[in-house]
Amino acid sequence: MSSGKGMAVDDLRRREERIRLALLCMAFSSILVLALIILFVFREGVPQIMRVGVAEFLGGGRWAPTKGLFGIFPMIIGTVQVTLGALVIGVPLSLLSAICLSEFAGPRTRTIMKPLIELLSAIPSVVFGFIGVTVIVPLVRETLGGSGFSVLSAALMLSVMVLPTITSIAYDALRAVPAAYREGSLALGATPWQTVTRVVVPAARSGLVTAVILGMGRAMGETMAVIMVAGNAVVVPTSPLHPCRTLTSNIALEMAYASGGHQKALFATGVILFVMIFCLNSLATFIVRRR
Amino acid sequence: MDQAIRRRNERVNRIGIGLSYLVTMAVGLLLAAIIGYLLWNGWPRLSMDFFLRHPEDLGRGGGILPVVVSTILLGGLSLAISVPLGVCTAIYLTEYTAEGRLTTVIRFGAECLAGIPSIIFGLFGFILFVITLGMGWSMLAGALTLACMVLPTIIRTAEEAIKAVPAGLRDVGYSLGATKSQVVWHIVLPQARPGIMTGVILALGRALGETACVIFTTGVSLEMPASLLDPGRPMAVHFYILAREGISMEMAYTTALVLVGLILLVNVGAAWLLARRRS
Repeated sequence: MSSGKGMAVDDLRRREERIRLALLCMAFSSILVLALIILFVFREGVPQIMRVGVAEFLGGGRWAPTKGLFGIFPMIIGTVQVTLGALVIGVPLSLLSAICLSEFAGPRTRTIMKPLIELLSAIPSVVFGFIGVTVIVPLVRETLGGSGFSVLSAALMLSVMVLPTITSIAYDALRAVPAAYREGSLALGATPWQTVTRVVVPAARSGLVTAVILGMGRAMGETMAVIMVAGNAVVVPTSPLHPCRTLTSNIALEMAYASGGHQKALFATGVILFVMIFCLNSLATFIVRRR
Repeated sequence: MDQAIRRRNERVNRIGIGLSYLVTMAVGLLLAAIIGYLLWNGWPRLSMDFFLRHPEDLGRGGGILPVVVSTILLGGLSLAISVPLGVCTAIYLTEYTAEGRLTTVIRFGAECLAGIPSIIFGLFGFILFVITLGMGWSMLAGALTLACMVLPTIIRTAEEAIKAVPAGLRDVGYSLGATKSQVVWHIVLPQARPGIMTGVILALGRALGETACVIFTTGVSLEMPASLLDPGRPMAVHFYILAREGISMEMAYTTALVLVGLILLVNVGAAWLLARRRS
């Protein structure tokens, strides 16, 4: 601390003030980045939405950039189907794992299994996509028919990808339920399973809902993995075995060669995706705050 | 009657607990299965040569040397940008201001940033760094984009690490006549370092596996990057191109093995640091 030695108190105070201001500026970096993202992505995308027309852009069924047709309705439906499919498969598995780890498993099982499940989130999405192509797609093709590149394959793969997110947040929510609730229920003669399903889970409800919403955000924003297994055809899928294209895939597939109005339409796709995810995350934050 | 209900409850109890154990084991085994699958298919091609040779014929043969260099450059550079910003944000939030409107706004920004999908970061990095600022497809543009993406991870973990430093230590510093910045620099940061490092390593793991936001900012050039303004091809992107364009499945398996091995190593390192701090 020799740096302060010999300095007048006023100098020292002024230096402290400068450091505080510098830190304050740095602290605004995350807000700045968020503002820049909104500014730049929206500035490219929103005028294009206006040019095409909001109703035509969101509700139009045809995407043919060379003919000037920009309708992303099939992609919105594709995104919703794939995301909901992933949740239908992934949520029960995640919740059961979280319940097991928090309520039933002993410390040894927990210290082994919890990191194993959480490490699943470290596997890059391209690797999941690759495993999707080499394992899930052939499996779906051989057992259920079709090409295998489908809503179902994408949902199956995404259900694994959202597992670690939902499990670890749900686990924290379950652990936050006071032990007295469990003791009271067990003392009344309820079995451990009844205690979990009728007391602990309802008490942790808002945390569990947050877990599912954040998992949903992850599934909705996933790109490279989905491109590899979903088939990417621009149609409204009417069966789980049909191919589909999501909003994220639409951007990643065409950004490499798009220009002009086409490129702006991809930014516009990003705007819609951003708004959907932003609403989801705000909902999750709102639920956490209310608790 | 009462007996029957109790027996049924017992049965449901056993089935429920059994089912939850079964699911947990299956989910836990998934990771082992994935690693086993990649090892089985990728191991035969793995050798020192694979890391040290240049790729031949678009990646059908040879090694991945420029890809390794791009990956290291990109990872290191993105951390060099994001760590100072993230740690300073955490210091300001924990040491310099009380909980209030300002902290709520900054935290809300970080939370929003954490939820944005990487493809949107890709669009943003492309239009701001590559086009508007004229960096072109380059390591610098990719690293800046990645830095924006991992910033929330670093802020959150650094904040937790700094909060965990006992208040008494700070008081000792102040009682010796140290100023606030001296207390932070000489007492708080050294204490919080293992926790901060954990976050940095987790961020590195995330940056290494990222494809969607990198592919539009760093480019896909297989050349060895000679400067920070050169394009390059990090490992996740190389693997994506090998697999998606069907260039070589064997090379794809081996690259995937290396990529996953690297990321798991990084994550296990972070877990080890965290465990050591707790003990």
